[in-house]
Amino acid sequence: MEILMAIVIGILFTTATYLMLSKSILRIIVGTGLLSHGAHLLILTMGGLKRGAVPLLGEHAEAYVDPLPQALILTAIVISFGVTSLFLVLAYRTYQELGTDNMDHLRGNEANE
Amino acid sequence: MKTNDLILQTVTKVCAFVIILFSISIFLGGHYSPGGGFVGGLMTSCAIVLLLLAYDLKTVAALLPIDYKIMIACGLLISASTVAGSWLFHAPLMTHAYSYFNLPILGKTSLHTAVLFDLGVYLVVIGVTMTIIQTIGESE
Amino acid sequence: MNNIVFLPVLLPLLTGVILIFFARKTGIQKGISFLSSLCGMAVALYLVHYISNNGIKVLEVGSWKAPFGIVIVADMLASLLVLTTSLVGFAVLLYSFRGIGKEREKFYYYSIFQFLLVGVNGAFLTGDIFNLFVFFEVMLMSSYVLLVLGGTKGQLRESLKYILVNVISSAFFVITVAYLYSVVGTLNMADIGRRIGEAGQPGIITVIAVMFLIVFGLKGAIFPLFYWLPGSYFAAPIPVLALFGALLTKVGIYSILRTYTLMFPHQQGYTHELLGILSILTIIVGVIGAIAYWDVKKIIIYNIVIAVGVIAFGISLMNQDGLAGSLFYLIHDMIIKAALFLLAGIMMKVTGSSSLREMGGLIRTNPGLGWTFFLAAISLAGIPPFSGFSGKLLILQGAAEKGAFIGMAVVLISSLLVLYSIMRIFIYGFWGNVTSYTPASSVPVTKLLTPAVILVAVSVLYGIGTEFVYPFIIQGTEPLVDPQIYIDAVLKEEG
Repeated sequence: MEILMAIVIGILFTTATYLMLSKSILRIIVGTGLLSHGAHLLILTMGGLKRGAVPLLGEHAEAYVDPLPQALILTAIVISFGVTSLFLVLAYRTYQELGTDNMDHLRGNEANE
Repeated sequence: MKTNDLILQTVTKVCAFVIILFSISIFLGGHYSPGGGFVGGLMTSCAIVLLLLAYDLKTVAALLPIDYKIMIACGLLISASTVAGSWLFHAPLMTHAYSYFNLPILGKTSLHTAVLFDLGVYLVVIGVTMTIIQTIGESE
Repeated sequence: MNNIVFLPVLLPLLTGVILIFFARKTGIQKGISFLSSLCGMAVALYLVHYISNNGIKVLEVGSWKAPFGIVIVADMLASLLVLTTSLVGFAVLLYSFRGIGKEREKFYYYSIFQFLLVGVNGAFLTGDIFNLFVFFEVMLMSSYVLLVLGGTKGQLRESLKYILVNVISSAFFVITVAYLYSVVGTLNMADIGRRIGEAGQPGIITVIAVMFLIVFGLKGAIFPLFYWLPGSYFAAPIPVLALFGALLTKVGIYSILRTYTLMFPHQQGYTHELLGILSILTIIVGVIGAIAYWDVKKIIIYNIVIAVGVIAFGISLMNQDGLAGSLFYLIHDMIIKAALFLLAGIMMKVTGSSSLREMGGLIRTNPGLGWTFFLAAISLAGIPPFSGFSGKLLILQGAAEKGAFIGMAVVLISSLLVLYSIMRIFIYGFWGNVTSYTPASSVPVTKLLTPAVILVAVSVLYGIGTEFVYPFIIQGTEPLVDPQIYIDAVLKEEG
């Protein structure tokens, strides 16, 4: 199971990298979304995959699942939700303001204001 | 262009309220079963988005005259004051207290201070989601 | 009962929230933020006083015991940085009253300002590695908004890049924490330090240490990862720029300081040497940038990079003098960078340009501005009685002790070049003739100058009163040199 997860995470990271290297802002944003999905799955896997037990119930439970990774993932998901939505709104504003979503045209410095 | 979305509108009239009720149930159930402020808030905003899709910004604004930015602020204020509230009881911040009460209809119920914090989260999530959607939607 | 420890985070949070309700009434916003800033400084002062008498204070949030719950830890290092943050925040706030403009004030500028302080103070105070990530995000989110507020084309363009860089580095942060958690099985920084110490830092931990260096290096602008900084910071309006320059990169540096002394001090051969080499390269690149540009903003922005390099070099030495020097220089740099940006902002307002080629003769029209800038400049370069000197001296002593002579030479030469780069602003900006521009008369120079004068005065006092400040610095360095102090304070039941 861990190996399968590792492969899935690897695919997510590869796709994310590919998308983030493209020129359209929208693709880049989708890429950052996939990157954070990969990171969240990585926390899940690194916390140890286990089935058929609940998070700690009492001190004498025979088997339990570590409750921490899912708390971390929830926090990370909320944060990436916020950042992604801000990023989207910003990209939209940029598109309106500058009339392009191509990163090549957004290159430049203070000289060509 | 005027599209004929009679079916969508009729379904929405029924569904939106079912979704909102369900989201409140999820929000309140969050302490012992899956759910909580974040999911509940997202679901409520889904219902509002459905209304937005079926009708338009103006109708929904007349239906729910809420300034979502103020809603964010209220949510944050509730959460932050819950955090600070522990101070009054000389406990470390964010300390969680709960007790069992016999309520008239519900019977023996456990009430948690964490729900207050979650209420803040609920409001913030609705506020943030709706602000984002309105910001993008308004300019079209 | 250590709730006081969390107050530097809670106070700006509540203030920021309350300010949202007064979005349209800028007068009330100003009043509330001003009061809150004053209270923040008082709280931070009290915290420093309290810690110096009572030692490290730990707040177990929600009454969860130390290795399991989140802890907020105020040691002298964190308290001093919180104090500096609230001072810088206060000064920048004063400047914003006149310098930020009505448009931004109406779009929640003061609220976001307070949220930024929440993030920065939280990052300094937290004792939990994941909580550090959360406060980083609070800080970064606020910085995105502050950067883009105003919505000029340049700002939008640079914000996109800034957000992209930081989103990637945040993802890296999450990944690194995941690896660390799978190896160590805890998120409490003191507990991590203890467990790594018991295991003797195997190879995988060194890999994680280098990943942390990448994450914090991206935020702190260390050599190969600083490329985003000049462009993004250049787009920001002056008060925001002062806030970013003084606080954001320093949080990255603080995180390196904390993790490298507390969590990864056992195998210094690789990680700390890498940090040392990178810091020297950072200084060199920063110096090249600082003397190459003719733009006031750019010169000072590249000086941030130099300072980051100097502080990181002190951390890489890992001995008493080097770390004390780093801490001393860190505080000095936060104050003086904010002052320099504010002064540069006034220069730009008066002349209407940020290019040195279009300035000149300011000393005749604005003598107060000129001499304040002069003091700030020599303070930055570290001329003896001023505050930059003691920090650099300590770092150099540490380097001599360690035998890191190349680094010593680079730091020394960089000081000279910093002096050159900043004196160039003074010479071209303040001397010469007032022919090339029409001095704007409507700028409220005196009112804008007040916060900068406060900062420069504090900086000068900080330099002259080194004898008075030094014991605090030493107390701040103790848990860095001997992490066991910090670990025992947090995990007191087991220790």
